[in-house]
Amino acid sequence: FSSDQTLTIETSVPFTGHKIEPPSRSVDTSPAELLSFFRDMSLMRRMEIAADSLYKAKLIRGFCHLYDGQEAAAVGMEAAITKKDSIITAYRDHCTFLARGGTLVEAFAELMGRRNGCSDGKGGSMHFYKKDARFYGGHGIVGAQVPLGCGVAFAHKYLKEGAVTFALYGDGAANQGQLFEALNISALWDLPVILICENNHYGMGTAEWRAAKSPAYYKRGDYVPGLKVDGMDVLAVKQACKFAKEHALANGPIILEMDTYRYHGHSMSDPGSTYRTRDEISGVRQERDPIERVRKLILAHELATASELKDTEKEVRKEVDDAIAQAKESPMPDPSELFTNVYVKGFGVESFGADRKEVKAVLP
Amino acid sequence: KEMMVREALNSALDEEMSADPKVFLMGEEVGEYQGAYKITKGLLEKYGPDRVLDTPITEAGFTGIGVGAAYHGLRPIVEFMTFNFSMQAIDHIINSAAKTNYMSAGQISVPIVFRGPNGAAAGVGAQHSQCYAAWYAHVPGLKVLSPYSAEDARGLLKAAIRDPDPVVFLENELLYGESFPVSAEVLDSSFCLPIGKAKIEREGKHVTITAFSKMVGYALKAAEILSKEGISAEVINLRSIRPLDRATINASVRKTNRLVTVEEGFPQHGVGAEICMSVVEESFEYLDAPVERISGADVPMPYAANLERLAVPQVEDIVRAAKRACYRSVPMAATA
Repeated sequence: FSSDQTLTIETSVPFTGHKIEPPSRSVDTSPAELLSFFRDMSLMRRMEIAADSLYKAKLIRGFCHLYDGQEAAAVGMEAAITKKDSIITAYRDHCTFLARGGTLVEAFAELMGRRNGCSDGKGGSMHFYKKDARFYGGHGIVGAQVPLGCGVAFAHKYLKEGAVTFALYGDGAANQGQLFEALNISALWDLPVILICENNHYGMGTAEWRAAKSPAYYKRGDYVPGLKVDGMDVLAVKQACKFAKEHALANGPIILEMDTYRYHGHSMSDPGSTYRTRDEISGVRQERDPIERVRKLILAHELATASELKDTEKEVRKEVDDAIAQAKESPMPDPSELFTNVYVKGFGVESFGADRKEVKAVLP
Repeated sequence: KEMMVREALNSALDEEMSADPKVFLMGEEVGEYQGAYKITKGLLEKYGPDRVLDTPITEAGFTGIGVGAAYHGLRPIVEFMTFNFSMQAIDHIINSAAKTNYMSAGQISVPIVFRGPNGAAAGVGAQHSQCYAAWYAHVPGLKVLSPYSAEDARGLLKAAIRDPDPVVFLENELLYGESFPVSAEVLDSSFCLPIGKAKIEREGKHVTITAFSKMVGYALKAAEILSKEGISAEVINLRSIRPLDRATINASVRKTNRLVTVEEGFPQHGVGAEICMSVVEESFEYLDAPVERISGADVPMPYAANLERLAVPQVEDIVRAAKRACYRSVPMAATA
């Protein structure tokens, strides 16, 4: 085969539309794309597993929310858009950062609070950003990123950039009032924004049906069209995001509900097994895992051998290990960094540490 | 020449919108209605609906949208019909606007202005009468400005709009209709005031009075009364609540050796408390009398006219406190 030949593959399940005719189930892809999906998702999976170990080794502090299981959403979305489009998400943000072109070293260094982190060690797990690739974070307050994303979309429209914003949130945030406020304004103003509800079925430890009277999140925009997507099928995600981008540029907001699953608990303090059964988790791993789905496609189309894919996984593992080693080499931020970036323009005003007679600084 | 505060704010908005196409205005009734207090009068007609946007009455939603637009490089001016309603959106002001430049290590700056009337209006009860200066000034990452005169209003609003950081701009409804003399320099479109600098409105020798917004007018009236009794009061118009001009305040106290702080807000953990602490830290040995604090009463704002009057500082409160600081008064309790 040639790596750029067109392959047409059917999505796992049809899309379900709300106030919109859904796109076709047939998705165009290529051998190169499928192999890169396999590699990118495997890299993300490995990064998150490694983060779990680093956390348990006490090298990562505080909150840490892992994305393993949900990789197809980040990777499929990226395949449908360009770096002119913006993305904003909540606190489960490591893999989105990677998908936007962030490096493993920057990610691990940030997780460990080191100088070479993507936020110089000042943001932490929940506050990754990559402005040059229009990744606007990395937000710790449930639901707040949705109005913010609508605002980024407003700016795209204001500046006539022909770009869209993808604002991601979970099924927990889907019940937030500000989401509906921002959606109303976005619909009134035809903002080019795509709201993506990554429905992993648990808002922290609360099952969706215990938190939402209607867990059909793609319909929750009422007057805003929506699409239900198998978020474990990277090709379905790609198809839906491509479709949504075209829709948003022409007609304003649309909601995509990605049916997905997180293997880890909500955060590192949650074993993830008190509110769901181990059978449920292993069932998803066996039936719906996004990486295994792509592996099967690659093997079925004979684009690579099983052992070549194993080699890819080994390479990825080494890449992650090397990045961790490099990140560990990075020093902690200089203490003087305590007082930088409080303002863009600090007017030379004095700022104080805990004991102002001992520690103070002039803000640049 | 005289100018009303309303005109000063309106002209500042107009000039900055004219100077920078990335500046836009959003809020409730800012467009077709011409502004709930007519601060935005004529701007929709001049700049069109792409730059002057009427929003629904949903502060959390539109404030978040404003902050997001600033992330991508626009310069939004978000009007709150009053700052009381900013409570619906305070998460976006603090968590989304104030902290992002820091959390992103300077990658994402947030050049936005949140403005509107703050403090007690007249006869509108507890939910519509509160000063938020201390609330917002508590937060690193925000700048908090509060104008008194037409000159302040023009110069500080223009500074706020040009500033690369999030600015909370606290106006006062009862000042909108007041006129102040303005110089030709103030009327020039290049006019701008520095952020973080207080203004000595009246020089004096015996006692320093700090105030901001409407209370500056009260402090000046108090100084006039005090002067007839031989007390020379220095009145500092803070202008900037954060950064706070500690240098000007302390220099004045080192000269007068006495301090009265005045604010409309609640007393506990207020602006006066911070000013007092700054003086204790830097100029303790210069003080000849305990620092005096005049503030709003420590109660939700009552509606009845007589009770409302008791709940906000009056000129005579400032006069009394200044005399106390100068050991020139008989305590109220003794006269009762």
